[in-house]
Amino acid sequence: MNAAALPLPTRKDEGYRYADLAALETVWPAAVQVVRVPAGESAALSLIADGNGPEAREIAVTLEDGATFDLRLLNAGAAYGRIGVTVTLGKGADFTLGAAQLGGGAQTLEVVTEVTHAHPDAQSRQIVRSVLGGHATGTYLGRVAVARGAIGTDAEQSVRAMLLDRTATANARPELEIFADDVKCAHGCAVGELDAQGLFYLQSRGLPPAEAKKLMLQAFIAEAFVGAADEDALTQAALKALEGLL
Amino acid sequence: MLQIDNLSNEIAGKAILKGLSLTVNAGEIHAIMGPNGAGKSTLAYTLGGRPGYEVTGGSVAFDGADLLAMEPHERAAAGLFLGFQYPVEIPGVSNVQFLREALNAQRKGRGEAPLSGGEFLKLAKEKAGLLRMDMDMLKRPVNVGFSGGEKKRAEMVQMGILDPRLAILDETDSGLDIDALRICGEGINAIMRKPNKAVLLITHYQRLLDYVKPDFVHVLAGGRIVKSGGPELALELEQHGYEAVAA
Repeated sequence: MNAAALPLPTRKDEGYRYADLAALETVWPAAVQVVRVPAGESAALSLIADGNGPEAREIAVTLEDGATFDLRLLNAGAAYGRIGVTVTLGKGADFTLGAAQLGGGAQTLEVVTEVTHAHPDAQSRQIVRSVLGGHATGTYLGRVAVARGAIGTDAEQSVRAMLLDRTATANARPELEIFADDVKCAHGCAVGELDAQGLFYLQSRGLPPAEAKKLMLQAFIAEAFVGAADEDALTQAALKALEGLL
Repeated sequence: MLQIDNLSNEIAGKAILKGLSLTVNAGEIHAIMGPNGAGKSTLAYTLGGRPGYEVTGGSVAFDGADLLAMEPHERAAAGLFLGFQYPVEIPGVSNVQFLREALNAQRKGRGEAPLSGGEFLKLAKEKAGLLRMDMDMLKRPVNVGFSGGEKKRAEMVQMGILDPRLAILDETDSGLDIDALRICGEGINAIMRKPNKAVLLITHYQRLLDYVKPDFVHVLAGGRIVKSGGPELALELEQHGYEAVAA
């Protein structure tokens, strides 16, 4: 396909409903990073998007039979940050996504995934944690498609967002499309605020408010990065982004 | 050390404390007893600086400084510790990390050098031992999955590590079995029974006072101290009830 000929998406395109289209136009079309993991092999990728300008990336992943892929994303760019991920899983393949989106000001951040269980017995697990302050918008659109015959599929989506200000927005839409019997698919989604009782408890022990918040938020996003090969680098970059929000 | 003078407050527009006065000197242990709804926990939270507890009158001086003007973390750095009736669970944050950061934040507030990881672990181990708590529990997230008794013991370990000058303990005895009650009582004595420290012990029952002997006992009812006395007052209350004694 000729990338240059791709028309700019509009709000009517489901995957771009909450996008910052004006910012997207400046970086359109997004470069596509192609990942193919051969049968029985394992691969991992960590992406830290914390640049100053608008960014849009696409990652297209194909997992052959029995392949394993571990993808971790920190989406914390200063302007518009979009990360699109499409994954096709072979028989018995295993896909893990851990993503954190940290934004304040007028940032628009989004992670959009489309995971296709094309064959039996594959697993996918997606954990997305967003922390949003100011007038930021954080979006997760995640579609899991289980093809006819893909029995034994095990798919999970866990999506949580924390709003630091009432003016921030979180959109979360985990979606399942199942055409096979005997599958296990779970999704959960929650949007909340920092627990005031917990904050007071930490402060009563001597932590200044910003430190107390940082500690709680660090714990909130930790799940997205736990067990990653680059866990330290991801956590350090996330802490830096969190400090900017507090 | 602590002078509470004519303190009044309200929560969501409802008056709770109504002109409460109390003086606690260094080296003293004061017990505050009283019926449900008297304002005991409100007093503890107000002294700790919990948001939503709005002071409408009176003053509180802690070592001569205006306690009510301080933020919760500043009160902690000044040497105040609030033991919670219901310690809060903080998923994902380990006790060790939390307490080390809290202690070092307090030390920074006092202009002292931070403790290193090794120094802190040594201190934590010592205090955990005092409360017969396994160090493994301190590596787990704060209060998550702890039983009621374990939470209270963890509070006392925190108190030992933070080494406050004034501890306000809100129903530390609730939810404790007999053995845990004794361990907590002994912990309070070991950590706080010192000439330069003081304790405000809020409790419903006499039984904790068997282990932590108070110098003074006060009855809090209707938002003020209605009666004060020595340790014998607690026994009298236990026998005859609040209504008979404090009426």
